[in-house]
Amino acid sequence: MKSSVITFPGSNCDRDMDVALKKFGFKNKMVWHDDTELPKSDLVVLPGGFSYGDYLRCGSMASKSKIMKSVINFATSGGMVMGICNGFQILVETGLVPGVLLRNKYLEFICKNVFVKINNKHNTYFKDIENDVLEFHIAHNEGNYFCTNDQLKEIEDNEQVAINYCDKEGSIQEKFNPNGSIKNIAGIFNKKKNVLGMMPHPERMIDPALSGEDGSLFFNNLINNLK
Amino acid sequence: MIVNEQVAIDHGLKKDEYAKICELLKRTPNITELGIFSAMWNEHCSYKSSRLHLKKLPTKGKQVIQGPGENAGVIDIGGDDAIVFKIESHNHPSYIEPYQGAATGVGGIMRDVFTMGARPIANLNSIHFGSPQHKKTKNLLRGVVHGIGGYGNCMGVPTIAGQTNFDSSYNGNILVNAMTLGLVKKDKIFYSKAAGLNKPVIYVGSKTGRDGIHGASMASASFDEKIEEKKPTVQVGDPFTEKLLLEACLELMAGDSIIAIQDMGAAGLTSSSIEMASKGNLGIEINLNMVPCREANMTPYEIMLSESQERMLIVLESGKEEDAKKIFDKWDLDFAVIGKTTKSKKIELYFNEEKVSDIPVNTLVENSPMYDRKWKKAKLPKKNKIKKEDLKNLKIIDVLKKVLSHPNVCSKEWIWQQYDHTVMGDTIQKPGGDSGVVRVHGTDKAVAASVDSSAVYCWAHPLTGGKQVVCESFRNLISVGAKPVAITNCLNFGSPENQENMGEFVECVQGIGEAAEYLKFPVVSGNVSFYNQTKDEGIKPTPSIGGVGLIKDYKKMITMDFKEVDNIVLVIGKTEGHIDQSLFARNILDEKNGPPPEINLFNEKNNGETLLKLIDSGLIKSAHDVSIGGIITAVSKMCIKGNKGINLKKPKYLINEIEYFFAEDQGRYIIEVSKNSLKKVSDLLNKNAVHYDELGMINEDQLFINDKTKVSIDELRTSNTSWLTNYLSK
Repeated sequence: MKSSVITFPGSNCDRDMDVALKKFGFKNKMVWHDDTELPKSDLVVLPGGFSYGDYLRCGSMASKSKIMKSVINFATSGGMVMGICNGFQILVETGLVPGVLLRNKYLEFICKNVFVKINNKHNTYFKDIENDVLEFHIAHNEGNYFCTNDQLKEIEDNEQVAINYCDKEGSIQEKFNPNGSIKNIAGIFNKKKNVLGMMPHPERMIDPALSGEDGSLFFNNLINNLK
Repeated sequence: MIVNEQVAIDHGLKKDEYAKICELLKRTPNITELGIFSAMWNEHCSYKSSRLHLKKLPTKGKQVIQGPGENAGVIDIGGDDAIVFKIESHNHPSYIEPYQGAATGVGGIMRDVFTMGARPIANLNSIHFGSPQHKKTKNLLRGVVHGIGGYGNCMGVPTIAGQTNFDSSYNGNILVNAMTLGLVKKDKIFYSKAAGLNKPVIYVGSKTGRDGIHGASMASASFDEKIEEKKPTVQVGDPFTEKLLLEACLELMAGDSIIAIQDMGAAGLTSSSIEMASKGNLGIEINLNMVPCREANMTPYEIMLSESQERMLIVLESGKEEDAKKIFDKWDLDFAVIGKTTKSKKIELYFNEEKVSDIPVNTLVENSPMYDRKWKKAKLPKKNKIKKEDLKNLKIIDVLKKVLSHPNVCSKEWIWQQYDHTVMGDTIQKPGGDSGVVRVHGTDKAVAASVDSSAVYCWAHPLTGGKQVVCESFRNLISVGAKPVAITNCLNFGSPENQENMGEFVECVQGIGEAAEYLKFPVVSGNVSFYNQTKDEGIKPTPSIGGVGLIKDYKKMITMDFKEVDNIVLVIGKTEGHIDQSLFARNILDEKNGPPPEINLFNEKNNGETLLKLIDSGLIKSAHDVSIGGIITAVSKMCIKGNKGINLKKPKYLINEIEYFFAEDQGRYIIEVSKNSLKKVSDLLNKNAVHYDELGMINEDQLFINDKTKVSIDELRTSNTSWLTNYLSK
């Protein structure tokens, strides 16, 4: 399986994603934001970080960079595109997935492990994962997902919610919501479910010596589903 | 502007220093030259009050590749790998403007590390604030934490450990010490020594603005009521540009075009150009019209003294300019050839085709002032006699809860959760343990780091305090299974012109030196921050020690949380019941006098090295050093972290229960061993003549003391975790 990770100026999880993808069998290429063409890929990843310093609005400058035209074309023609953290913010800015990401409710950067419940397994990302709840890791300042009521209805009707913040048992309650996201939303799909944006970093959970191993579950499953 | 003695005094120079400048130049300097002298001769850059004493520190060792004198120290960690590290203060700016002050402190120290060719892999910090009740403390704390996070998080470098303390002596002068570790291949280390004639001098990074002018001079003076007016001397950070600068520099460093490289830190273009010239025994000629400026009509004086961040100066091989420029263009950074190396041994500056400065380099460096300041030796205070009645009325659980919720003991999770501590995917021990630990990417090795200070002990007796901080750092590394390799120190003191403060400095440095020498734990880099003083009120002497250790096989690393019910808990090291200067004495008995606990370097080394052997053999399930709050505080933290309880039993000593559990005797560790390996462990301890007491057995969720008193671990956790969040939510 071939993957591409896009590096924007200010990306800082690009290497971590490269390490993770390779560990689980992807042949990964790093792609510079200023390039115009995507290499042939089965999966394109927009990594975490602070593209363009997050100075305008998180992800907004990156969403206009040269390579994004190709990424958008790739996504609209059904290609698998995953945005993690800042990558999710970029996806939101392109309009590939609905909604916006606001400053965290308590106005502070949060770095910690969280539990997320998989809301929809009828897609290439989560199909066949046995667990309903995964332990992931978040590290962000603007992960407070928000959308209008109409959008929310549409998202829910189309089963576009990918994962919600919850507790160990999978109970989705406000007290397990780290950043104020509407309905505890931690990640969403586009309508066709080929584009996934999520705040948690599975690439930081790929080794028992690190924060945990549920990232390994995720990537192993993903590559198997792509095969 | 006409330069005279008064102008020199306004620049922070002393009368005799100004006279010396005129004598060295054999003329009156112009305003640009005076600015340059004031920047190079201030305390921050010249170390004029400290040099004499710093020379006495042990700086060599088998694993030391580079000691003090470069941008950072370098140690060998085996194979092709080396670790570059340093700690630096940003105290004065952080008090005036906490967010930017702290942020640029973090930015500055990372630049010191990647200037040497190393990719930063971990950040640490030691921050000290005034009394929690002081009106400024809350905002300063918030601002500093946001600033540290804002910069480090954006850079994508994990913040893996730190220390936060409160004491009223910092009411008017907070401390922000930032430390960075970087990883480099041994044959790709870059230095700041210029070499070769007519080599191009290159400016890269951000444009130069009017921010931070006289920052280093501001940091070399005490505060007064007009301190708010100094806001413009605080630099403004741009971590995004620094991230680009890091990537661009590392890309250029992969080739062989760099002769020397130096970041523009304190005193900006002035100190960077002079240091490169001085080390290379060369001259440098700069055309200031070529310096990329952010603002119009900047004068030579402003350009030379600006402390705008995210800038580097490089001496390049001739003919490599185009290749280098391509890299900086790719990263959207300024790149300008601003001058060349010369044989004149002078700093010659041109502006609008006029020579605006002509100063021999040696006058700025070798001939800079060095003072043997007067200092007072501290006496060892007399021991207090603790009255048994005072202890009788105390309920041990109540005292324990008070200690666990004390601002200097309580959990700092609210702080470190705001720092990205897992980016780069190699953090195997997060903040909140004895040391932060990161793997050396792609290898089995790991590097542990800790930053420590013990201002109370240093204040009570500087010589003992200085030794103690080094030992504490040593213990924190051992506790995770790392072999201590070297240290970096950040020496935060009051005014060197005050004999007591100077005495504190001299004796703390002596203590640091003695311990570092004995423990083979050399000092490879550091920084001195004097004048942490508002009017006549100085801070408690606060040397911060950043220790770095090596774990050869990261799978052998251990953590402090109790692991398994029925395992046995021991304390290594002898408990004599030293109560003076303990957290217990100062806060529960309200007794602030007396000597700090004694340091026995033989025991320190022997206990530590023996424990390291035990950890290496896989016999230890968890370990934690005993520091402030004594045995019971250390054990409680291990319970809280591991979500386990313990049946504690005081051995049949002569000392009282409270003294045994809250004493702060040194050189001690709590360890957890399984029943099966207890004999092996005790045999090894006995063989090495290491004293130990058996403390008890781990249980599910209660802390029992001598079978009589008990408290649930949940209750202790609440005491430990709620203080900081409650404080900040009010």
